[in-house]
Amino acid sequence: MVQKLEYLKESPSQTAGPYVHIGCTPNFTGIEIYGEDLGAKMKTGPVKGEEITIKGTVFDGTGTPLRDALVEIWQADAAGLFNSANETRGQADPNFTGWGRSPGDMDTGEFTFDTVKPGAVPFPDGRMQAPHVTFWVVARGINIGLHTRMYFADEAEANAVDPILTRIEHQNRVPTLLAKKDADGVYRFDIRLQGEGETIFFDI
Amino acid sequence: MTIIKNTGGFVPRDRSWQPAALTPQYKTSVKRSPQAALLSFPTTLSEETNPVFGHNMLGELDNNLIHNYAAAGESAIGPRIIVHGRVLDEMGRPVPGALLEFWQANAGGRYRHKKESYLAPLDPNFGGCGRTITGEDGSYEFRTIQPGPYPWPNGMNDWRPAHIHFSVFGHGFAQRLITQMYFEGDPHIWLCPIVGTIDDKTAVESLIAPLDMHRTVPMDSRAYKFDIVLRGRRQTFFENRVEGM
Repeated sequence: MVQKLEYLKESPSQTAGPYVHIGCTPNFTGIEIYGEDLGAKMKTGPVKGEEITIKGTVFDGTGTPLRDALVEIWQADAAGLFNSANETRGQADPNFTGWGRSPGDMDTGEFTFDTVKPGAVPFPDGRMQAPHVTFWVVARGINIGLHTRMYFADEAEANAVDPILTRIEHQNRVPTLLAKKDADGVYRFDIRLQGEGETIFFDI
Repeated sequence: MTIIKNTGGFVPRDRSWQPAALTPQYKTSVKRSPQAALLSFPTTLSEETNPVFGHNMLGELDNNLIHNYAAAGESAIGPRIIVHGRVLDEMGRPVPGALLEFWQANAGGRYRHKKESYLAPLDPNFGGCGRTITGEDGSYEFRTIQPGPYPWPNGMNDWRPAHIHFSVFGHGFAQRLITQMYFEGDPHIWLCPIVGTIDDKTAVESLIAPLDMHRTVPMDSRAYKFDIVLRGRRQTFFENRVEGM
């Protein structure tokens, strides 16, 4: 017998269920216990950089919008720094949390984030990653939260050398990670869970 | 080339221990599960950092579901319980400062949500959500009433076991987790298609909270203990070696 590896096992995930908003955005469901829903505001004062809005919809395998999803984003500030205890490279913009949570519109399911365009963040080997926003999607029917990334279609040069985007074998799927800027300064990032145009999801 | 100071990446998830995306007995998963394989890559700063939530964001009753929605002098109806435990990582290290959010149905299995239509009544003194942040040793606790099982439209006679939903933030976005806690001895656990999305019996058992008489307060509240384990972080410097080493 060899010695035992005494690691614990990660707690198994379970679906967030249809009533995830009771716990994560209670004010949105009319339960007013906390002052405001966490993650509703990413800007707590004047922020540095280009202010943008991200909008999108999550679709199921039949093309039907999910109206009960909870979408979270996590990103760097305009200088590429995270507002996190683990950020060791410098001080992030104190007026920008970097984290947002959207329950989506009650009727259409469209999510919205008022944020800033993130700066570039390095990969572990020192190469620069293209500006990106990390997405995490949970909902009824999703057993474990889905991670993906939104990149910016107007950052073609940076995207072309991004260590993640260039790693994707099926390059014809890369556009599923690219958000396009509308004329009004809104980036649109739709997420397709399954089938034609399926978004690339990450095991990170 | 810039060499990045790195406190170590996260250990990859054991996807055979975690539920698969496509689990047809849980019907909603059929059209909400990706068909292509997930793309793997080592964690980067985007996954190794996480928002920080300070204890000062918490209200006095945020961890007391018996009273946080109740009218003055009133309390929620149902079996009074304390839920407590620790948040640890896979290496067994405590995870301090972890934000936990929890939500649940009332004692009759009814959620306070406009899309919910179960005929069991709402409790006017019960909202069903709470939150807390772990202490230096990773410990947490909250007071609530034990939720009831409830029926759901999946199979023709499917009932969820009594459960409390948990949302957990660790120290990296890669650790982000939502799960459910079940109660020791509930026969619905082993009938439930959502519990059944997890293949491994030991993994299911890790979500079942035992009755904890040591923490039960006589003549007041019973207690259940529920530990949560988040992904571990490596402590390695190999990936930070300067070129040529």
